[in-house]
Formats: sequence, structure tokens, C-alpha cells
Amino acid sequence: MTQLIIVGIYLALLLALGLFSSRLFRGTSQDYMLASHSIGPVLLLMSLFGTTMTGFALVGSTGKSFEQGIGVYGMLASSSGIVHSLCFFLFGVKLWSLGKQHGYTTQIQFFRDRLESDKIGLVLFPVLVILVITYLLIGVLAAGLTVNGVTRHAFPQIFSEEVFHGGVPPQLASLVICAVVLVYVFLGGMRGTAWANALQTGVFMVLGVVTFFVISSKLGGLQAASEAVLQHHPEKFTSSGIDRTVFLTFLLIPLSVGMFPHVFQHWLTARSASSFKLSVVAHPIFIMIVWVPCILVGTWATSVQIDGKFMFPPDFNANAVLPVMVGKLSTPLLGGLLTAGILAAIMSSLDSQFLCIGTMFTEDIAVHYGGKDRYSDQQIVKMARMFIIGVVAVTYILSLFDPPHIFDLGVWCFSGFTALVPLVAAALYWKRLTKAGGYACIIAAITSWSILFWKSGFAADDTFTVDIDLFQNTYKTLPVATMLLCSTIAMVVVSLFTKPPSQATLEKFFPE
Amino acid sequence: MRYVVWGLLLILVVLHQSGIAIDSTKLLFGFLPEGLAFHIGISLAAGVTWFLATRFAWPIDETTANESAESPAGSEQP
Repeated sequence: MTQLIIVGIYLALLLALGLFSSRLFRGTSQDYMLASHSIGPVLLLMSLFGTTMTGFALVGSTGKSFEQGIGVYGMLASSSGIVHSLCFFLFGVKLWSLGKQHGYTTQIQFFRDRLESDKIGLVLFPVLVILVITYLLIGVLAAGLTVNGVTRHAFPQIFSEEVFHGGVPPQLASLVICAVVLVYVFLGGMRGTAWANALQTGVFMVLGVVTFFVISSKLGGLQAASEAVLQHHPEKFTSSGIDRTVFLTFLLIPLSVGMFPHVFQHWLTARSASSFKLSVVAHPIFIMIVWVPCILVGTWATSVQIDGKFMFPPDFNANAVLPVMVGKLSTPLLGGLLTAGILAAIMSSLDSQFLCIGTMFTEDIAVHYGGKDRYSDQQIVKMARMFIIGVVAVTYILSLFDPPHIFDLGVWCFSGFTALVPLVAAALYWKRLTKAGGYACIIAAITSWSILFWKSGFAADDTFTVDIDLFQNTYKTLPVATMLLCSTIAMVVVSLFTKPPSQATLEKFFPE
Repeated sequence: MRYVVWGLLLILVVLHQSGIAIDSTKLLFGFLPEGLAFHIGISLAAGVTWFLATRFAWPIDETTANESAESPAGSEQP
């Protein structure tokens, strides 16, 4: 009960923050969507980091390291430290400059101009929405599982022990979290979202480290916790179980950040180009601060024993490892704070994604195809909110079905975005990219993603790989490599065989 | 210096894939697996490398970018 009260207070604090930032709202859609390009280096770092760290980073990484050990850090954390900053560096700064110069609010506006195609939004918008829904699903699932995990056996009279382990049902918790995020996004727009992200990033980083030390203390200290793993599951402290070519192709997953529409929108909020520098430098360090404790906690979980029995049998639901560790190995007061920290990480991504899909719908579809002068600023904001509610409702309904592992669902979602990265890279650095090449890239990306996602049983098969037989050896690769290859080849070949962009466009995007 | 920065990044990627300490179960400081410590080192080195990149290989001219960004293009807002 104490945990729920603390979480309730934290949610109320977020609503208050949204209310406060709404008082600074300038009443324009530009302010609602981009905070009038006023975000400085520190706030940009905190909001960008909070946005990219999701339930995947905390709940998913802990669960995956419970299954596979410390190798998970190399698979996605250290690689993200290199690749995320690369995307901020190569794409973010240039897109900010072009965005501010030409008044872009969304990715599609940029591609529409660069590819000289009025209809590109009709192809790219549904693709981005499908991928964002998959991304939202990670957060919604993780939020519900977290609250359920830490409240297990707390309410046996109210909630079924058999179905919900006597805790708050995940479906109910997910619904409440979605509602809170919706309210503070609606109240504060991008300014409120950036502030809430900064607050939540601070909360989850500090509480993440606290969680780590509390749990290790309960396990007898850092050394005792690690020695238990050495004794019972030493293989979890190696990466020998991870296939080397799979590990290599994992390097492609963090490229996805280059095509996240919500990250694009955050890039555009920057006050100046130099605002990016702090984000580029600090991002790898921040990832390390968040991921290392999660990876160790997940690995330690394999060997925790209570009364001579392992606390988590090997077939335990990996998604629930972190919440259950927090629930069982801390005091109710601390457990509440730690739960708030985990939820902070989840909500700091959901908010940006909610805001972004609303912006995309109004700017790229409703206003663009409906007519620029047809709607007032207030009507635009209202339309954005209605669309967001619709998408959240769809995501919530999807979350009610039997969920796959959060980590694996995340990898599939990021793979789809990575497959679209050649488009943004070519748009910024390759003059020969044509309109038809852009369409070919998008179609190849979503087609290959859909086919492979379907073949994996919609992420149900967490060992699914694309195997390549070469020189009497079989090389396993993540599906993302195939998708990236398909979209790149389609884009390059079609571009080379179609009419190059006009001189005016080249001068606009590639000034001498 | 720009080429040095990109060279350092390439080295980081190669080290990331090198498989150093992949099979080691040795613990540093009594609790930190060697393989994890190696990748923590990669993260720290990435921070340093990106710091050098922002100093010596920044992708756009700051003054021009800020000036062109301030130029009136609101009329192009779709």
C-alpha cells in the first residue's frame, strides 16, 4: 500500500508540473510542438536521454541479462554509446539547422521538401505510426508489469492471487499511467514534456543507482551477490553464449535513433547548434550509469536463493524480474520510490511519443492535405490530442494480448526504424537520392520488416535469426541486417535509374 | 585532427567487436565481471572520443548555422 501511495504522489507531482508549464504556453502550435526552439544544452540532454531510455532499458535489459548474462551490455549499451551520439552528431545537428531555417516541425515535412514529393507523407506516415505503436507498446507493457510486480501479494482480497499474484492488475496500472502521461502532455505540450523528461531522467538515474545498492546490500553486498553467480551460474558472467555474427548485427540496432520521429522533434527544440554538444558527449556515460546496475541486478537474480531455493526459476517471466526484485528486496517506502523511478523512465519516453504522433498527424496529414488556413491554432492542438487518444487506445488494446518479451519486442521495433535510416542519411549526404529512391527505401523497409516480423511469430520466437550459408559455414544475423540491406539496395538502385532532384532542391539542401 | 577523431571511433567499434574478455569469469574489485568492465571502458572511451569530435570535427559552421537558422523562413512552414 505504501508503494502505491508514493507512486500516486509522484504521478500527482507530474500533473502539477504539466499544469505549471501550461501557464507558460504561448498559445501557438509552434510553442506546443517545439517549445519555440528554446531548449538549452542541459534540458536537451536530459530530455533526449529520457526519451531514448525506455522500459526497454530498465525492465527489458534486466530481464534479458537474467536470461543471457552480462553480454547484453555489449549487445546494446556500449554500442548505443557510440552509435546514438553518432546519429546526434551526423543527423541531429544538420536536421536542426535545416528545420529551423525552413520551419520544419516533423520528419515528413523535411522529406517532402528534400524529395520534392507532396505525397511522401501518405507512405511514410502510416509506416512511422505502426513503428511508434510498437514502441509505445513497450512502455505500456512495462508500466503495468512494474506496478504489478512490486505490489504482488499486497492485495490478495481485492485482486486474484492466481491471475495477478494479489497485486494491482497490469492492465489497470497501464491504463492509469497512460492517462497521467496524456494529461500532462496535453497541459504542457513540448515545453511540459521537456521539463517532465528532465525531472524524470534525474529521478530514474538517481533512483536506479539507489536501487542497485539497496538490492546488492540485501544480497549480502556487491561481492557476495557476484560470488553467488560465480558459484551457481558462472556462464552468466561471460558472453560466450552470444553468437558473434548476431553480436555484430546488434551494432545496427541503435542506428534506429536516427529515424525516431520523437527524437527528431526533440532535436528541433534546441536553441542553437551548440546545444547538441553536451548531449553528444554525455549520452554514452548516461547510458552506462543506467544500464550497468540493471545488467548486474538481472545477472544476480539468476542466483538469489531464499530458504535454499532459487528465487527466480530459469523459466520465470523475464519481464517481471526487476519489479519483483524491487518489491521483495526493499522496504515498502524505498520500494515505492524505486517504482516511481522505473515508471519515470517509462513515462519519459511515452510523453514524447504521444506528443510526436499528434504533431505528425496534424502537420503531415490534417493541415497539409486539409489546407493551411482551414484550421485555427486551437483546432490544430485539439486535433492532435484526439489523434493521440486514438493511438493510445489502440496500443492499450494491443497490450491486453499475451505480450512477448519487452526486450525482443524492442529489438523488432528498433529494427524497423533502422531500416529507414538510409533514407535520412542519403537525404542529408547524397545528392543523387531521388523521389522514387525515397519511396523504394520506405516500401522495402516496411515490407521486409513485416515479412520477418511475421516469420518470427510477431516476436514470439526470441531466437529468430536470418541464417546465411557461406563457405560451408552458417552465419546467424539479426533480421535488422536483412532489412537494412533491402532498403539500402532499393534506395540506391532506384535513385540511380530515376531523374535526379532539381537544381533548386540541391542548392537548398547542399549549399556550397 | 578530424581524421584522428574518426580513426578513434573506428578503433572503438573494432574493440567493441573484438571479443576481449568474452570468456573470462574473473571479477574486478571482487564484484565486476571482466567482460562487463571492458565494455564499461568502451562507454567511457566513447564519451572522451565524442568530446574530441565536438571540439575538432563539429559537422557545421556554428556562426553560419545559427545565422541561417535565424533567417526568415517561417513562410515556408507547410
